Amino acid sequence: MQESFFFQAMIYLASAVIMVPLAKKSGLGSVLGYLIAGIIIGPACLKFIGKEGEDLMHFAEFGVVMMLFVIGLELEPSRLWRMRKAIAGMGGLQVLITTFLIAGIGILLHVDWRQALALGMIISMSSTAIVLQSLNEKGLMKSAAGESSFAVLLFQDIAVIPMLALFPFLAPPQAAGTGSTAHTETGWVKTLPAWEQTLVVLGAVIAVIVVGRYLVRPAFRIIAKTGMREMFTATVLLLVVGIAVLMTTVGLSPALGTFLAGVVLANSEYRHELESDIDPFKGLLLGLFFIAVGASIDFNLIMEKPLLILGLVLGVMCLKMLVLLFLGRIFKISNAQNFLFSFGLCQVGEFAFVLFSFSSQEGILSKEITDSMIAVVAISMGLTPLVMLINEKLIQPRLCKGSEPVNEREHDVADEDNQVIIAGYGHFGSTVGRLLNASNIGTTVLDIDSDSVDRLRRMGFKVYYGDASRHDLLAIAGAHKAKLIIIAISDEVKRLEMIETIKKHFPSLRMLVRSTNRYDAYNLMNAGMLHIYRETIDTSLRVGVDAMKLLGHPAHEANRWAKTFFIEDEKRLKYLSSIRTDEEYVIAVRRNTEEMEATLLADRELWGNRANDAWEIEGDGDGGR
Amino acid sequence: MPKVLIQFAHPALSKSRVQKTLIHYCQNIEGVTFNDLYEQYPDLYIDIKREKELLLQHDIIILQHPFFWYSGPAIIKQWLDLALEYNWAYGPNGKALIGKKILNAISCGSRKEAYSTTGLHQHPLTDFLLPFKQTASLCKMEYLPPFVIHSAHKLTQPAIEKYGEQYAAILKALVSGIITTDDLQKLEYLNDLHSSAGITETV
Repeated sequence: MQESFFFQAMIYLASAVIMVPLAKKSGLGSVLGYLIAGIIIGPACLKFIGKEGEDLMHFAEFGVVMMLFVIGLELEPSRLWRMRKAIAGMGGLQVLITTFLIAGIGILLHVDWRQALALGMIISMSSTAIVLQSLNEKGLMKSAAGESSFAVLLFQDIAVIPMLALFPFLAPPQAAGTGSTAHTETGWVKTLPAWEQTLVVLGAVIAVIVVGRYLVRPAFRIIAKTGMREMFTATVLLLVVGIAVLMTTVGLSPALGTFLAGVVLANSEYRHELESDIDPFKGLLLGLFFIAVGASIDFNLIMEKPLLILGLVLGVMCLKMLVLLFLGRIFKISNAQNFLFSFGLCQVGEFAFVLFSFSSQEGILSKEITDSMIAVVAISMGLTPLVMLINEKLIQPRLCKGSEPVNEREHDVADEDNQVIIAGYGHFGSTVGRLLNASNIGTTVLDIDSDSVDRLRRMGFKVYYGDASRHDLLAIAGAHKAKLIIIAISDEVKRLEMIETIKKHFPSLRMLVRSTNRYDAYNLMNAGMLHIYRETIDTSLRVGVDAMKLLGHPAHEANRWAKTFFIEDEKRLKYLSSIRTDEEYVIAVRRNTEEMEATLLADRELWGNRANDAWEIEGDGDGGR
Repeated sequence: MPKVLIQFAHPALSKSRVQKTLIHYCQNIEGVTFNDLYEQYPDLYIDIKREKELLLQHDIIILQHPFFWYSGPAIIKQWLDLALEYNWAYGPNGKALIGKKILNAISCGSRKEAYSTTGLHQHPLTDFLLPFKQTASLCKMEYLPPFVIHSAHKLTQPAIEKYGEQYAAILKALVSGIITTDDLQKLEYLNDLHSSAGITETV
């Protein structure tokens, strides 16, 4: 038993460890890597896992729950409120239109209207796991397409709840008897009258908010004081699992519950700690989930009726895509972003597995239909990374003017022979770019947000669309000839990736790197960077100078203290970056603060003396002293 | 009535008793504009347009500063370098400053005796002001004798106050326009215009 568990674990881990880096390297993304790993070890190829893959999938679905917790953490309530129109409007319309179109087609094909409606609802779901993971990996979560995708997915998560409640009514009358047995299993809550159920559900939601707001923070404070990191991790896991259990008991989606908890905790000081603790679990479980999806693709069924299955897959995906494109148009998403949004969300999601098993329990859909449809869902999920790749490679270059020149650009850039490449043209990068351009220094600019690329182009800036961490794109942008690259993207992780790429492929290109704060600066120093620019240091020092001025200190002196402070701080940064443990770091920081004060004072003394008229009295002979 | 512009420069004003007192006395005199260069341009980035306009609006320019290495602090040089533009202040079409008057108001550490052919510095103080004098001449300005405070770091506060009063009196006289520059040119130091009685040095 033990051995078989370890053997299984080894198979899963090995397949992931081999396939995911391979897929990532060849530009396919990690999700596709996991899926391929699942197909390989599944019944279709090596047969390491068989039917238990489906059980595993239910277990691994917990990764989705954790992912929504993390997403919630990154989404302050105010931002969520701002997105309410997109969530209700775009999400609501997507679910409604897709459901009714599918149901309509079903009825036209003489499927019973109840079955058709159930199918419609199931197919309207998209895969939160695949879409968000892919968008995150490409750094597109903050783009218009990313935000819209998220809004739609969130609405779908919410929509599952009424769907589950609606399904029993869709059961054909003769099957109702078998369905009722399923009810007793879903928990004591279902035995309550409807109004009490509603109360319990509301109570659970309020409990999550209250606990998240008032209990979790003091609890974390106590746990954090013990200094045991694993206890902190355990507490975070307990929180997430506890909420999931509570939500399941009252019949709500656990993903929704943890998402809510995440949002409640988004403003707390433990946000980053929570995120980094839960992240590895989330990643591995999601990976497991994707492997399970890959393994569950029933190739036998596909072989039996390949045309029907493939036809259904293509039909479903095209239909969903068209609905999404239409919605994107209505909600005024730009063309390039709209395609990203529509191609990303066109698969059927993991909720379909839950809904299919539920609907066969209820006797709504026959086993024949569910088996084929589960294959359709799995294939559509498996195809998503490919579809997104097609969009990225074939459609985006045509749509987004910014990347148009990716093909023709070679001469375009060669003509300019720009010495500087700027990666990331947000507020940070564009300020640098404007200064350089004003000083007649040509720059080649890369940015990943197609919307801002379009806008900047219309303003007359030469900006190219693309992921600046890809070495082929850098090569096209002239990285071989350029002297400098200014890495001004806001994503810390992406910056480090980029540095490694440049070190490897363009060793003579000098890098000037933006850094979020001193901790990020440490990482950049350890990555061997010499030119590091902390985002806030200059501004903060300017505030300090102005504060001194307003208090009546001479401006020139305040200026000099700030400059001395800056130079000393940069020096010390180098030293502090070499310290590894927390305890040592705290001591070193305290000592450094004292040293810094002493240095500033000394400079003040020395400089003050230098700056008065002492030079002419030495050996003057007229003084008594 | 002539207008006076004081171009003040001290990089570490918090360390200077003399200059602080002088500032106290020369501010709030009708017709005198006080321009603190280091305060205005802490990083030595001079606003040339503003400085030229100030020059045009005034008739008498006083460079008030401590005496650093036989000259002014760095920003005085920076100001001369940038504000006195070619074909504006000097050169074939440089007519903007013609007829204006300019002088130095200086605080220095040495006694007056140290500034003599036999003293430590081997020259009278006015010799060291030659670059300023010739600069004025190139701009067709009239260079006036300096106002000087010697032994600045040894003066008692009451003595410094006396210098302050003297400085204020001279500024008022300049603004009133009652004294002719011919009278002034006869003086070695501008201080001599106004009685310096009561100013003593301490050891």
